[in-house]
Amino acid sequence: MSTAPDTGPAPLAYARDTGVHPPLDYPGYRSTALRHPKRALRLLPHLLTEVTGPLLGEDRISETDNDLTRQHEGEPQGQRIIVHGQVRDGDGRPVPHTLVEIWQANAGGRYRHTGDNWPCPLDPNFTGVGRTLTDDQGRYRFTTIRPGAYPWRNHDNAWRPAHIHFSLFGRAFTQRLVTQMYFPGDPLFFQDPMWNSIPDEKARERLVARFDYANTAPEWALAYEWDIVLRGREATVFEDEVDED
Amino acid sequence: MARHKTTPSQTVGPYLHIGLPWPDGPFAVAEGTPEGVWIRGVLYDGAGAPVPDGLIETWQADPEGRFNHPDDPRGAVERPGFRAFGRCPTDANGEYGIFTLKPGPVPGPGGRLQAPHIDVSVFARGMLHRTVTRVYFPEEAAANAADPVLSSVPEPERATLVARPAEDGYRFDIRLQGEDETVFFDV
Repeated sequence: MSTAPDTGPAPLAYARDTGVHPPLDYPGYRSTALRHPKRALRLLPHLLTEVTGPLLGEDRISETDNDLTRQHEGEPQGQRIIVHGQVRDGDGRPVPHTLVEIWQANAGGRYRHTGDNWPCPLDPNFTGVGRTLTDDQGRYRFTTIRPGAYPWRNHDNAWRPAHIHFSLFGRAFTQRLVTQMYFPGDPLFFQDPMWNSIPDEKARERLVARFDYANTAPEWALAYEWDIVLRGREATVFEDEVDED
Repeated sequence: MARHKTTPSQTVGPYLHIGLPWPDGPFAVAEGTPEGVWIRGVLYDGAGAPVPDGLIETWQADPEGRFNHPDDPRGAVERPGFRAFGRCPTDANGEYGIFTLKPGPVPGPGGRLQAPHIDVSVFARGMLHRTVTRVYFPEEAAANAADPVLSSVPEPERATLVARPAEDGYRFDIRLQGEDETVFFDV
């Protein structure tokens, strides 16, 4: 690969994560039917536009953005939880100073959104939106309440397991990731097409947070730890793990 | 240092509108910048219906073809008011709009220049992973013909990647399926 500064491609590329993500066409999740490309995707080389990306910073964050229980006058209903973890890349390097965005339903499983008609009350003290930046070690932390499960009509008696939506940028267009964090031992996994759409069982389990007793706040909040891995770089050659296929 | 496997993607779901949009999201360059152009379009599903619960994100070079980013080997250039990143949810009619500066040509493989282009991510309910496409510009016929990415796309499909001129900038509709399905890339 050429590394000439003004003429060649970028001096690095990111690994393609084959077999990790769910397919765009997954009949179990009905809404994919009309929303997945039918033609094969074309391979996009990792050139300058793809190996760079928005480095969004403090100007995206306000004071209560990382504590969803302090965004209104009163306390929201539900159980307070601390959600924290580390964002790393596939080479194990922490991803520092990157924007982490979350959104979620309230304790009863209802989103503060005009389109959500599930007859569970809205909580006047909970919006369900948070933002933070990772620190220099790639660590992030939110205080929020544990979201509830909700019905969603995808199939007979369909319920979404409790989850928090996460959005991450990393430092390159190729590292962009939108995903969901789930809670350990959720009894609704078996019937959830989002969960089941991930082909590899081990990959699915990477979406489940770990209950973290050591970081609970006594008399105040339970805690969960959830680490996130964005793509690593192609240029660095490592031995693949034994279970990699 | 072992290689760690990536965290899998999941859909943004129908309620991304509470979490992702920012008031200044559509402004990749500050509102009112004189050379600014709007790139507007509709996101369509396979039945030809507009997608009202989608999100479009854009990332691009500046008018000199540079990125204010440590991994641009030419070094960072500050350009006040230019964020290079745009984010706009689709509205009830499936419409999005990004206000930006037209990018310059960007270095590509083998000493060839890439035609001015913008990378686009498409997120929506019903999409378990984002899809990626690129916007090219209609007045750049020669550069487009020489672009290594665009010229690798078979002719009839290539047109789906080229914006159309509009009164205040460009029009770039995105079709997830159908006869005129937009070309999407595996990034």
